[in-house]
Amino acid sequence: MGSNRELRLSGTGGQGLILAGIIIADAAIRDGKNSIQSQSYGPEARGGASKAEVIINDDEIDYPKVSHPDVLLVMSQEASDKYAADLEKGGIVIADSSYVENLPEVEGAVYNLPISVTAREQVGREMVANVVALGAMARITGIVTREALTDALLSRIPPGTEELNRRALDLGWQMAEKALH
Amino acid sequence: MTRELDSYLRMDKFPHMWCPGCGNGIVLRSLLQAINELELDQDRTVIVGGIGCSSRAVGYLDFNTLHTTHGRALAYATGIKLARPELNVIVITGDGDATAIGGNHFIHAARRNIDLTVLLFNNNIYGMTGGQYSPLTPANSKATTAPYGTIEPSFDISELARSAGASYVGRGTTYHTGLLKGLIKSGIENKGFSLVEAVAACPTAFGRRNKMKGGADMIMWQKENAVNIKKAAQMSPEELEGKIVVGELHKQEAPEYTAMYDNLIARVMQQAGGGSVTPLKGN
Amino acid sequence: MSNVLEMGRLMQGNEAVAEGALAAGVRFFAGYPITPSTEIAEIMSNKLPQVGGKFIQMEDEIASIAAIIGASLAGLKSLTATSGPGFSLMQENLGFAAMAEVPCVIVNVQRSGPSTGMPTAPAQGDVMQSRWGTHGDHPVIVLSPSSVREAYDLAVKSVNLAEEYRVPVILLLDEVVGHLREKVVLPAQEQIDVLNRQGPETPPESFIPYTSGAKGVPPMANFGDGYRHHVTGLAHDETGAPNNSPVVAEELIHRLHNKISDNLADIIIDDSRFLDDAEIIVLAYGSTARSARHAVKEARRQGLKAGLYRPLTLWPFPEQKVLEIAKKAKTIIVPEMNMGQYRLEVERVVGKHCQVKGVNRVHGELIKPGEIYDTILEVV
Repeated sequence: MGSNRELRLSGTGGQGLILAGIIIADAAIRDGKNSIQSQSYGPEARGGASKAEVIINDDEIDYPKVSHPDVLLVMSQEASDKYAADLEKGGIVIADSSYVENLPEVEGAVYNLPISVTAREQVGREMVANVVALGAMARITGIVTREALTDALLSRIPPGTEELNRRALDLGWQMAEKALH
Repeated sequence: MTRELDSYLRMDKFPHMWCPGCGNGIVLRSLLQAINELELDQDRTVIVGGIGCSSRAVGYLDFNTLHTTHGRALAYATGIKLARPELNVIVITGDGDATAIGGNHFIHAARRNIDLTVLLFNNNIYGMTGGQYSPLTPANSKATTAPYGTIEPSFDISELARSAGASYVGRGTTYHTGLLKGLIKSGIENKGFSLVEAVAACPTAFGRRNKMKGGADMIMWQKENAVNIKKAAQMSPEELEGKIVVGELHKQEAPEYTAMYDNLIARVMQQAGGGSVTPLKGN
Repeated sequence: MSNVLEMGRLMQGNEAVAEGALAAGVRFFAGYPITPSTEIAEIMSNKLPQVGGKFIQMEDEIASIAAIIGASLAGLKSLTATSGPGFSLMQENLGFAAMAEVPCVIVNVQRSGPSTGMPTAPAQGDVMQSRWGTHGDHPVIVLSPSSVREAYDLAVKSVNLAEEYRVPVILLLDEVVGHLREKVVLPAQEQIDVLNRQGPETPPESFIPYTSGAKGVPPMANFGDGYRHHVTGLAHDETGAPNNSPVVAEELIHRLHNKISDNLADIIIDDSRFLDDAEIIVLAYGSTARSARHAVKEARRQGLKAGLYRPLTLWPFPEQKVLEIAKKAKTIIVPEMNMGQYRLEVERVVGKHCQVKGVNRVHGELIKPGEIYDTILEVV
């Protein structure tokens, strides 16, 4: 089970986290791995709290839910309050500093990144904050390759938005690069 | 060339189950006359019934026949017609079947204007279960579940069909058999949802509790109380009180559901040929 | 179908059901929106017209199953999809399909109940309803997948069994499997075994609609094909005519059951892991079987003789196989997201051969592998 990676992407409805989860799971398949994605449904998916979970493994994936994520993305204060404690010891938290002001103490690495602000100010659309987050997450965790992530992203966005999304992904990647060095 | 009506019946299933004086046989004869004059192909015609005395008629008819669950005949018929629009689909139902338990299916089939012809035997009562009141039982009538008289108002089912979207609505009685046959013919010919309401006597479960003597007397009541739609147009609401308006009540050309669906398929397939069918969303 | 990909791709369980049904030749869908099954209707509304098929959103679930029965009688392979409340509404007409022997598939993506319950939370509370939901003694086949690929395969199988045995088939998912997205590699269309209903071999004049054919199943004539006949939910004789004779009624009900019980080898599908020397066997189905597999693997790593038995056909109940494993096992553990519905059936069959223990949760969440593993440790 050494290759098993578990991710939780959390925030509020409308931030595109479920689509982001699908894109990571898709990218992992393009990298030749197994992946599984699940999400919270119903009223939650239409606003309020939202979460998507992804498991990536070289082998068969049995239990499809994530209890203690290795990688946790929090894009709202509420999500960070709710999920920070679940982090696997030694895991990674990526917090969108645009919305998360007080991240609870965690036993792991923390990256505070201005994800939504960057999407809003440098791409001109906060809507692509999820893609900025994807870029940052991929760079920090190495969980999927940049090529696979780009392919998966481009296959699941509306035609005509390719440049916008590529730029968002790149900004996320650069942001993480800076944070790492 | 018209034929003997017996050739449309499963004669080995007779005698039928209806009571002496029941109007159902008369309505059935009008239906067969209409089918005969239109020369419908028995193999290409499906007759669907619900549950109740009238719906049992389908068992006697030599067509593709389907005797369904209570109230659901129109939903079954919708599946048949949409699957094979080239078939003639006729629905036989009663007042309780179509307007109480099947009321929702009735208004939605009318709304879609799907090409079904509904022949509604209106005997104002649940006959098969022994005389309980239906949504078409006139107010102040007696029924086994209304021993003190009904206090509920009744539907005007023809009016309901028209407002729900039916493109053809007619009402006849078992006295006016020629009119009834003509209405059924027009209903079948109409490409869309057609309702033909046939006022039929139930002496056993309705008549004898409501001071009507027998089947023949109830037919005479129909004769005396029916007013043709043309004459009714000249009458005041007070004059029409307690009367049955008969004739072709509504006719309006409107797009038919299965034809529209076939157009949709053609449009989608053409787009698919051009490679521009909307891809499935990932979310 | 052009959409069957040979490469692996990420697919949702509900999507796999729709794709499997299309690959098996389904060309008619009638349904009513209800979470967590709605994606199936959405996909069918998109794809059916692309292949010349028909989709209709009916006014309720009663009408939905009625419409698919009608369409099936007119010759199209037909499907509907729903969840608990809608499945309850479908029961009367499901019995009609069983009695009149109309092929059709009903997908029930189970959610937490009773009543409106927890609309998006998983459960397995409809296991008994899927077997006995409609009134009267009726035959039924119920299949339950644990993965997205199985959702696809069992959708194909459901359509095939419905057509071959002229019986309503219930494809019983739970919310976890319905909404899960995972990697699947789908078979190419030409690799898929597609079965069609057996048509009459006699001319219309000598056609008797309800007389046994191969495997006890009467050949079926579609409406409009020249074989005029009567179809009813009343007890009926071989001609299809209503008949209240005790002899005729009893023969009919027996034949309806026998066409299933005489062909169990065809109908029962199952899967197992580590059964050979297993003393503790976890018997699980649907998404719960995934947690069970995780727990059993962990037990094996710890040197415990644990095994997994996984019925994919829930009904008819795989009696023979369960009895066989019971004779070798010390304990059978049955984890379920219900109060023990399938366990009751296991207990009935197992008798005194071994102990049976349930792991039962009704809190709207998938049972965790640890809960099953702990029970394995308890019974060692």
